[in-house]
Amino acid sequence: MKAAIELRQVVKRYGATTALHGVTLEIGDNEFFTLLGPSGCGKTTLLRMIAGFEDVTEGQILLFGEDISGREPNRRPVNTVFQQYALFPHMSVIDNVAFGLKMKGMDLASRRQRAGRMLEMVHLLAFADRLPSQLSGGQQQRVALARALAPEPKVLLLDEPLSALDLKLRQAMRVELKQLQEETGITFVFVTHDQEEALTMSDRIAVMSAGRVQQVGPPREIYEAPVNRFVADFIGETNLLEVEVEAVEGGMARVVLPGGHRIACPAAAGTAGRHHLSIRPERLAIASQGGEIEATVERVVYLGTDLQIITRLDGGAAFDVRLQNSARVAVPAPGTRVGLHLEEGAARLLAD
Amino acid sequence: MKGVRHYPGFTAIALGCLLVLYAPMIVVGIYSFNGSTSLTTWGGFSLRWYADVFTGEEAERFGMATWNSLTIAFMAATVSTVIATAAAVAMVRGGRFRGKAGTFALINLPLMVPEIVIAVATLIFFSTIGLETGYLTVLIAHVTFCIPFAYLPISARLQGIEGTYEQAARDLYASRWQAFSLILLPLMAPGIVSGYLLAFIISLDDFIITNFVKGAGMETLPTAIFGSVKQGLKPNIMAISTMLLVVSILFVTLSYLINRRGQKTLVQQGDRA
Repeated sequence: MKAAIELRQVVKRYGATTALHGVTLEIGDNEFFTLLGPSGCGKTTLLRMIAGFEDVTEGQILLFGEDISGREPNRRPVNTVFQQYALFPHMSVIDNVAFGLKMKGMDLASRRQRAGRMLEMVHLLAFADRLPSQLSGGQQQRVALARALAPEPKVLLLDEPLSALDLKLRQAMRVELKQLQEETGITFVFVTHDQEEALTMSDRIAVMSAGRVQQVGPPREIYEAPVNRFVADFIGETNLLEVEVEAVEGGMARVVLPGGHRIACPAAAGTAGRHHLSIRPERLAIASQGGEIEATVERVVYLGTDLQIITRLDGGAAFDVRLQNSARVAVPAPGTRVGLHLEEGAARLLAD
Repeated sequence: MKGVRHYPGFTAIALGCLLVLYAPMIVVGIYSFNGSTSLTTWGGFSLRWYADVFTGEEAERFGMATWNSLTIAFMAATVSTVIATAAAVAMVRGGRFRGKAGTFALINLPLMVPEIVIAVATLIFFSTIGLETGYLTVLIAHVTFCIPFAYLPISARLQGIEGTYEQAARDLYASRWQAFSLILLPLMAPGIVSGYLLAFIISLDDFIITNFVKGAGMETLPTAIFGSVKQGLKPNIMAISTMLLVVSILFVTLSYLINRRGQKTLVQQGDRA
């Protein structure tokens, strides 16, 4: 994989507090790469360091093999889509889009032509002569995108660009952004705290927490094979149980749940002692009897497409099961005892 | 919700304040059109005192004083606005630096120090360094005390402009200077114009400091009016005062309108974002 951006042991300190503890990452060319994490995890700081708005305390940032760590923002061939768009309020839409081209020294005719094409791409050519304040939030967002893409950056940085939009628009923009990335072939580095955004658009995701990268991988891997408690808990919903590993044999461990039930799950040889086990609620089936785990139904919550069955394991731990809301599914009544079947690979033992 | 009018005593207090504040000005305004030489008895409508200002025996003196006032106000406002703009950018965009609070106090101190103290101090300063009082000393003093007045609307405006605009410009290959001149300066413009007009009117109006540092023979409009009044009140003073009042109101209104219009464009942007 050819690296568009390479971060080598990047550290950021503000006085005594450390925002990033030595982040090392490789972001591939043409990749849609997402930095995902809760607020304060350092994802935006990292993005701003790539853009050049924050100094690098230690480490290096390489762009296509070239160290750009100390360069001014205007000397980096990367462009940013800001969270609040930051469209210049005193300039028309087309002048906004052409601004980067003007700064690069392109002549008036060519830059207006190129800016026009960019606006056409985001379906806003008709609004070229308006002021940004005369556009809706979604339109401003697309202008910001066109403005950042116009100078043909090597990497596009996006700082939670969808967070200010309402739900429907946000969902539509996800598809549009992904398409845009594929059409332009530009590397996108996308910052978000919204896991759904990250899962639907990204080629790869880096999950961050407390200034560290917790896991890097494609969405499916992040969701289905979380490496630690934080990732399992942050991405999607999960049942986290403290379990005791009894024995490991042939790559499979036998673990004891809090209620005394024993189940099997994949584990490396040598695993022993207490660990956390993650079981996704949608990877379970409910039966009136049998199953690896037995539990008592406490509540049934109607979620539209899904039903959430809140149960309690014999040991006292709460345990969630998701069922698709379908006519074929028998919904257990609260108070009944049920058996839970684990799908293959549903249970994952976590490092910590 | 109850309107402010329903508070007990509101109407009486408001009317009392308005009366004390504006009744004298209204009287001056009306009597400037008095046809008689008396200050208090109405002798019919006439523009004779306005004509007297431009053609009467004091016309030359007032003309020269007005010229001085306008040129000094123009230069003082220009220089102090440039300085205030630079100061505002340093204070608002300069991040944290040692002595920031002290700098802020220094910039704004002239607003709080009694004017008479500044007047005396400035005069002593000029005489210590051996600068002869006259047009130049008045100009220097005016530049100095106009800075905080120009600074206030400019820094208020700048505080309302998000830093991301300049970052976006820098991100799009603008140098520091280009980000400032192409993005920040146009966005600051309403505040700068507003600060300029305020400084201009403050300079035009000043009496105490000017009177101390002007030296003999040099007059600005306020000192000329004062000098004329000392020799006896004549209705031509009312005509000059009324004209000065109108100019002041025009400038202050203009300053307010420009600032408000600028504010609106920024707010709209933020609202829809």
